[in-house]
Formats: sequence, C-alpha cells, structure tokens
Amino acid sequence: MVIFSVYVVNKAGGLIYQYDNYVPRAEAEKTFSYPLDLVLKHHDEKVVVSFGQRDGIRVGHAVLSINGVDVIGKNTADGKDTLEYLKDAANYPVSIRFGRARLSSNEKLMLASMFHSLFAIGSQLSPEVGSSGIEMLETDVFKLHCFQTLTGIKFIVLADPRQSGIDALLRKIYEIYSDFALKNPFYSLEMPIRCELFDQNLKSSLEIAEKAGNFGAGS
Amino acid sequence: MSRQSNRTTDSKKMNSELFTLTYGALVTQLCKDYENDEEVNKQLDKMGYNIGVRLIEDFLARSSIGRCQDFRETADVIAKVAFKMYLGITPSVTNWSPAGDEFSLILENNPLVDFVELPDNHSTLIYSNLLCGVLRGALEMVQMAVDVRFAQDTLRGDNVTEIRMKFIKRIEENLPAGDD
Repeated sequence: MVIFSVYVVNKAGGLIYQYDNYVPRAEAEKTFSYPLDLVLKHHDEKVVVSFGQRDGIRVGHAVLSINGVDVIGKNTADGKDTLEYLKDAANYPVSIRFGRARLSSNEKLMLASMFHSLFAIGSQLSPEVGSSGIEMLETDVFKLHCFQTLTGIKFIVLADPRQSGIDALLRKIYEIYSDFALKNPFYSLEMPIRCELFDQNLKSSLEIAEKAGNFGAGS
Repeated sequence: MSRQSNRTTDSKKMNSELFTLTYGALVTQLCKDYENDEEVNKQLDKMGYNIGVRLIEDFLARSSIGRCQDFRETADVIAKVAFKMYLGITPSVTNWSPAGDEFSLILENNPLVDFVELPDNHSTLIYSNLLCGVLRGALEMVQMAVDVRFAQDTLRGDNVTEIRMKFIKRIEENLPAGDD
C-alpha cells in the first residue's frame, strides 16, 4: 500500500506544495560501447529512446544520467548536447541510465492548474444543483483523491487504488496545514509552502496512513 | 513530536493571565507608537484580520463544520462553537434585525479585558477591537463580507460587551467550485 504523492493547490489554482513519495521502479542503467545500438531523439526538452527497446530500456524512456551524473534537459551536466556526446566514439564506454521521465516542476504546476479547472467542470456538469467538484479520479494504476476546504484550498493525494483511509488522511493534512503552515507567521497565504515542520509532519502522517492502510476507515 | 499528540485532545492548557498580559502589552505599545486612538483601533482591526484569515482554517480543520446555510446558522456556529473553542466563553445571540441580516453577540465576560481599566485620555480606544478584525477576516475567507463593531463595551461604562455583526454581501469572486 503506497501513497504516491501529495499536492496542495491554492484558491487561484496555483500549486503551492508538492511531495512525491515513490521511487520509479522502471529504471535501467547499462554500459554501452560505440556505436550505440539505441536510436535516440529529442522530445520535449529531453532525450528519449525512439527505437531499440531491450533489457528493460523501453521506447519513450528518457536519458536520466550519463556515467552517474544527471543530465539537465537536452544537455549533459557539462553543458554539452547529449546526442553529440553520444555520437563521439572517444566518450565510450559510457554508462547511461534510462527511465520514465519524471515530471518537471513546471509540468506539475501546469497539471495542477488544469486539475483546478477540471474540478470546477465537475460541479458544473452535475445534473443536480449543489454538487461538489471532482472528489476522486481513478485509473488502473492509481486513485486521485481531492478534498476542497470551505476556503477554496484543495488537498490532492495520489495513492494505490487499494489504499484505504484516504479521507482521514486528507483531513489530517488539512490539520497539519492549518498548524505548521498557517501558524507560522512568516508564511504568507496562497504562497508556496516552504516550512520544514510542515514537510516533516506530512511525511510522518503519510507513513502512518500507509501502515494503517488495510485497517483504516473505507475511503 | 509531543505537539502532534496534543492536537487531538485540543486543550493545551495555558495560563490565561499570560494571554491577558500579552494582549495588554500589545495594546499599550500600539498606543505609544501611534498616540492616536483611532489609529490604534485601525491597527488592532488589521492585526485581527490577519489572525482571522489563518484562524478560520484551524477552526474548520478541527471542528469539521460544513458550510452554514444562512446567517442565523453562522451566528450560532460563531457563538456556540468558535468562541467556545478559542476563548472558552459562549456569548448569546440576540437583537436580530427584522431582515435577519444583523445580530448582536452579548459577552458576559471578555478574557481580553480581565483586570483592565481604560484611563480618561483613551476614551475612544476600542480595547478589544482585535476581535472585530478576527471575525471579519475569518468570515471573508468563507465568502461572507460582514461589518463588525462594538456596540457596548464594559471598559467604557456599559453593563455588557456587545458586538454587532451585519451581513453585507456574499463574496462572489474566487468562489470555490461547487458553491452556487
């Protein structure tokens, strides 16, 4: 039972807090010799595999690091273009780590504001008056739970579909927010939350919720 | 963390006299800084507002109260739940206007003003004006614009402390989705 991530969205739809609690399992690191038998291409500011799937490296996986050093966008850590670097025989043998590209923080911001708009659409589509917005979104890999407070702040939790007790967890996160973010006088409302105590308490309540998983109240 | 376990029992016992002293020190320092009762009243209201916008989330998180259907319900929640939770007193709700948009909270005793006497040169000072700001800020965050003022004040010679609250309008901008 795993809780994957927590997002907090403010009244205007901006992401003010985000925490990822999962380690992507589909990563592969291999050593290659010249010439590289995978075909790579640029896609969305990243270098991804377009042909040559094998050994756990799949089409669509992005280059995450070269020789242990994380790449930055299309370039290596030294600032050289990754594709150029890999075309040069002098740089081999090279160890490259491939994996599913993680969302950048800009992408997360965009997705959060998109969710904010979809949430509103949820209540507008309703045949009955006075419906709430989207409370749950389900896919075969995860369930997204959303709780909106009376003041317009949304707490969003992505968890394993079998995880229970998420409602209680959302209320707990609301309490942690009202304690460690709001009672900190140096935290301004609606701004990104950068409070250590909030992080620590959030992590420990996620751990408690994961352990209680099967025995907690139904979500 | 010990702070975390205290939260569910919700009564961190603190000496209320420290609270009275702290508030008193705050007001007297403001009087020294601004030297003008009107200005001090305004500052107290502003400070109260900043407290109110944060306190409302704490209140909602702890009390799990849902949205109130009308102003009467709001008045009851404020008097019976909120004041009880934060100041330990339960004011009574009276003097409803005919239109149902204005009411009074009558406080028998006000913890902020234990042991306080207003001197003659501060006759226009509204000592507990922080409370007005708190109520205004908190209700604004749940989309209600209200006007809050002290109608009577024991510090200025009246028998009871009376807070008059008037509903102005619903705040339509930035409504959370799902509210009509």
